[in-house]
Amino acid sequence: MLAPALLVLGGLFLTGLGLSLLRSFRYIPALGLTDPDLGAYAAVLTAPGFLTSLGLSLWIATASTLIASTLALGAALLLRQTFTGRAIISFLFQINLTIPHVVGAVGILYLVSQSGSFARLAHAGGLIGAPSEFPPLTHDPFAIGIILTYVWKEVPFIGLILLASLQSIRPEHEAAARSLGANRWQVFRHVLLPLLMPALAAASALVFAFAFGAYEIPLILGAHAPEALPVAAWRSFTAIDLATRPQAHAMAIVIALIGAVLLALYARVALRKGGRDAV
Amino acid sequence: MRSNHWQIIGAALLALALILPMVPLAIWSLAHGWRFPDLLPRAWSLKAWDYALSAPSGVLQSLWITIWIALATTALAALVGVPAGRALGLHDFRGKRLVLLLMIAPALIPAIAIAPGLHGVFLRLGLTGGTGGVILAHLIPTLPYMVLIMAAVFARFDTVHEDQARSLGAAPWQVWRHVTLPAIAPGLLTACLFAFLVSWSQYLLTLAVGSGRVQTLPLLLYSFAAAGRNDVTGAIALIYILPGVLVVALTARQVTGRHPALMAGP
Repeated sequence: MLAPALLVLGGLFLTGLGLSLLRSFRYIPALGLTDPDLGAYAAVLTAPGFLTSLGLSLWIATASTLIASTLALGAALLLRQTFTGRAIISFLFQINLTIPHVVGAVGILYLVSQSGSFARLAHAGGLIGAPSEFPPLTHDPFAIGIILTYVWKEVPFIGLILLASLQSIRPEHEAAARSLGANRWQVFRHVLLPLLMPALAAASALVFAFAFGAYEIPLILGAHAPEALPVAAWRSFTAIDLATRPQAHAMAIVIALIGAVLLALYARVALRKGGRDAV
Repeated sequence: MRSNHWQIIGAALLALALILPMVPLAIWSLAHGWRFPDLLPRAWSLKAWDYALSAPSGVLQSLWITIWIALATTALAALVGVPAGRALGLHDFRGKRLVLLLMIAPALIPAIAIAPGLHGVFLRLGLTGGTGGVILAHLIPTLPYMVLIMAAVFARFDTVHEDQARSLGAAPWQVWRHVTLPAIAPGLLTACLFAFLVSWSQYLLTLAVGSGRVQTLPLLLYSFAAAGRNDVTGAIALIYILPGVLVVALTARQVTGRHPALMAGP
């Protein structure tokens, strides 16, 4: 029963990676390259742009994940208790889950760019006189617009996972802690947070991987220099000069290795128990 | 409750933040020019919608292609993923962790890491530049969600009912149709929704394998945004999010209630 899925994933995913691996070692018989070497990796790692791009993408992923998971934790705790707006927020969370990232990125662009809605509000409020006086939040070196897009998109994602996880926590734990004199912060810190941690860590790993590797969001909102790593990698792959192709494949392999580290972390958290309830 | 009004303020801010990025898109789609520093357009018009819905813009053609690719990907993912989910949910076997790792891998190893290699493989197989290749490529990020959700569904499935039906003389397809399928249907619906959405939102794999000849909505949206046609971009964005909004509005209860631990896919 597993064979078709293994065949599809193995056939597509692993052969794709495998071909990149071969070509990253500069093994491309069609171009007359038949002696594998590490030249492409050396070229990539010593090119000044690569490490900057890698650093930028790690910054984007780290900041997005930390901000989104903190806000999502707050939102989930807020939403857990019954009150009027809860149904509406839960509904909006689910709507947001269906909105493609590319739409969110363009929406954020029109909202926070130097001639966007926020800049117009700042102008109306007399804070700025021209678009150039509004702080650059898109195509900026700190990737603020990119991070905003991920936070906007992933708070509902992590929030829904946490809400589901909160549903399965029995209220007796909290009641017991309270009766022992714990205040609300202590209940959160010592009871709820440890119980939520596996779900939060697993969701955060998925978000980190996505924010690190997504292409279209930095394409729309990112600066030309430094470029986010996925944009740099794809541009290098589609460059007219075929001689740089092995470098594009080497970049893909470096990204895959970082993904593999995340996969190992995810497996430790999410697949710890093994057996039937491992998923 | 003591902190009730803080909750309402927090929820209101959250709701505002969730809706906010969609607002300029909606305004742009109805704007007849919208210059800085006007807070709202001075004149409104439907010309962006007229153009977006006309044949030359290619928007409707893209919409059908995107829907077709997402439906075909979902169907194939279900066909391949349901048996795999059953095997993983019901049985323990040697190497199960390794299989699970392979199944989850595409959710954590970004598409950009596979795209160059996949392009090379598909080029050799003659699969670039067509919807067939794009559908196959979309299976990669889709299958993890299908398999994991179905594995969780089958982990709670009792095969006793199948045995009973079989002992009463039901043929295999009758057992599937009248016993298994009704039992897994709600979970299968959730899995199919996720599969559909993952394919629906896909950008880079479509670009890599479609070689620019398969213009799905996200690719078209980007080309209008990059060309500075903010009004048409707004209209396409709203057309693009409409099916997801409709699906959630129609199925919200099923998705949240029963398989909540499986909200997958950032």
